[in-house]
Amino acid sequence: MVEKIGKRLYTFLIFLFLYAPIIVLIVFSFNDSKSRGVWAGFTFKWYIELFKDAGILRALYYTLLIAALSAIISTIIGTLAAIGISNMPGISKKIVLNLNYLPVLNPDIVTAVSLMALYRFLRLEFGFITMLLSHITFSIPYVILSVLPKLKQMNKHLAEAAMDLGATPFYALRKVVIPEIMPGIITGGLIAFTLSVDDFVISFFNTGKGVSNLSIEIFSMTRRGINPVINALSTLMFISLMILLLIINKRTEKNEIERGELR
Amino acid sequence: MRMKRTAYPYILWIGIFIVIPLFLILYFAFTAGNSQDFSSFEISLSNFRRFFTPIYLKVLGRSVNLAFISTIICLALGYPMAYIISKERHKKRNIMILMFVIPMWMNFLLRTYAWLTLLGRNGFINFIITKIGLKPLDLIFNDKAVLLGMVYNFLPFMVLPIYSILVKIDKNLIEAAEDLGANRFEIFTKVIFPLSIPGVITGITMVFIPAMSTFIISSLLGGNKYNLIGNLIEQQFRWTGDWHFGSSMSIILMVFILITMAITSKFDKEKEGGGGGLW
Repeated sequence: MVEKIGKRLYTFLIFLFLYAPIIVLIVFSFNDSKSRGVWAGFTFKWYIELFKDAGILRALYYTLLIAALSAIISTIIGTLAAIGISNMPGISKKIVLNLNYLPVLNPDIVTAVSLMALYRFLRLEFGFITMLLSHITFSIPYVILSVLPKLKQMNKHLAEAAMDLGATPFYALRKVVIPEIMPGIITGGLIAFTLSVDDFVISFFNTGKGVSNLSIEIFSMTRRGINPVINALSTLMFISLMILLLIINKRTEKNEIERGELR
Repeated sequence: MRMKRTAYPYILWIGIFIVIPLFLILYFAFTAGNSQDFSSFEISLSNFRRFFTPIYLKVLGRSVNLAFISTIICLALGYPMAYIISKERHKKRNIMILMFVIPMWMNFLLRTYAWLTLLGRNGFINFIITKIGLKPLDLIFNDKAVLLGMVYNFLPFMVLPIYSILVKIDKNLIEAAEDLGANRFEIFTKVIFPLSIPGVITGITMVFIPAMSTFIISSLLGGNKYNLIGNLIEQQFRWTGDWHFGSSMSIILMVFILITMAITSKFDKEKEGGGGGLW
């Protein structure tokens, strides 16, 4: 009994710790005062101002655009790479996989400055393109890491059987391999998208010409004072993600039940 | 097998965007000159000589120290949490794990910044403290605030890998230990904990690396007084413009992390095969 209460209390405290700042953010997005720490009454005005704030809306636009592009490109390159890697002989497979781990394990800041050095070396102008290339670079490894296990689970002879039956390698890839590993591809794409939306360090070092994402915008705000509009935006994004999650959860539950019945 | 060709675009990508940049950093680290003009570079160790002086070594020491302490705290808080979750029923378990992931969807700069509202002079915690008649405390812009920020941001990285190992532990092993007369303490120390070591090691690396290299947490919650090695690198690349010195510090940071990972993986006797053998 005591043990159970102890466990409950511990869980509660940990979650309180994790959610306290989020609660603060949401509460203060309804606060009728610019300064944090003072409660001056309830208001929706930050939500209205949000849709008038050109700077923040532009940052949101770049954030979503870069996230979508980098998710699509890195999912394509990464999925093809994973298929190739799984068909490689032992030693070259090991080398490629280890190189693939580099951006995952390297501190963000080192990846960021090394890419910065590359763009300087290539004389690329810092801006949208450099930021996009950087996001693709740090996303591909995660796509590969989520597709590879699915390839391992897949029956190796499936693609061969398709080709024996006259399918070209490309046709076998499209009709047999890809559908089989689809869950891994989708997970990989979603990870790439979220990583890109959330990224600060790598974007911060590899952007220019007034192109900024939300994280960079927030970082510069922390220097001159946070505009509550950003609290309103994050509250909206947070709530829409929660709703999306609930929908997905309901759907998978339904699928599970249906599959359970079929069995 | 002709399908390995599909990996070629990525191999080219690795070459351009992963391998060459790291060599460029190495090159910058061991040269000196005007960072903007590649023709002025000369081979030199001056960057490393500059780093190994008391001022910079102190910053390195502080970074290692804070990263180490925050990793220990994350482990101490995270292991019991992962253990509790792993013992729950299937459905509740998934919801609890999801609740660890959800906070990560909110921008981490904002979440970290929100701590200022909680910890500040006129913040929520001091409000309660003064209400019960005590003097307000200095909770922000010091080492402890930076530590709190690290634990707050990286705790899920400790809980998730440990949890994913704990749920996979074969229940029969625990029952076998019970049948053989082991008490709960023995089951934990002799069966469960040893089996969960790979998760612990992943957790440690996933907390230690970002904690060691962060510059945002220290600049938000440390009030720019508590420079870490990440802040120094940021300054060199973004403001001072001495890319040579910045690169040499990046190399030192990487070496430190490699050493830590080599040490932690020593504890992982039964390392699984597959990718990442080198690391």
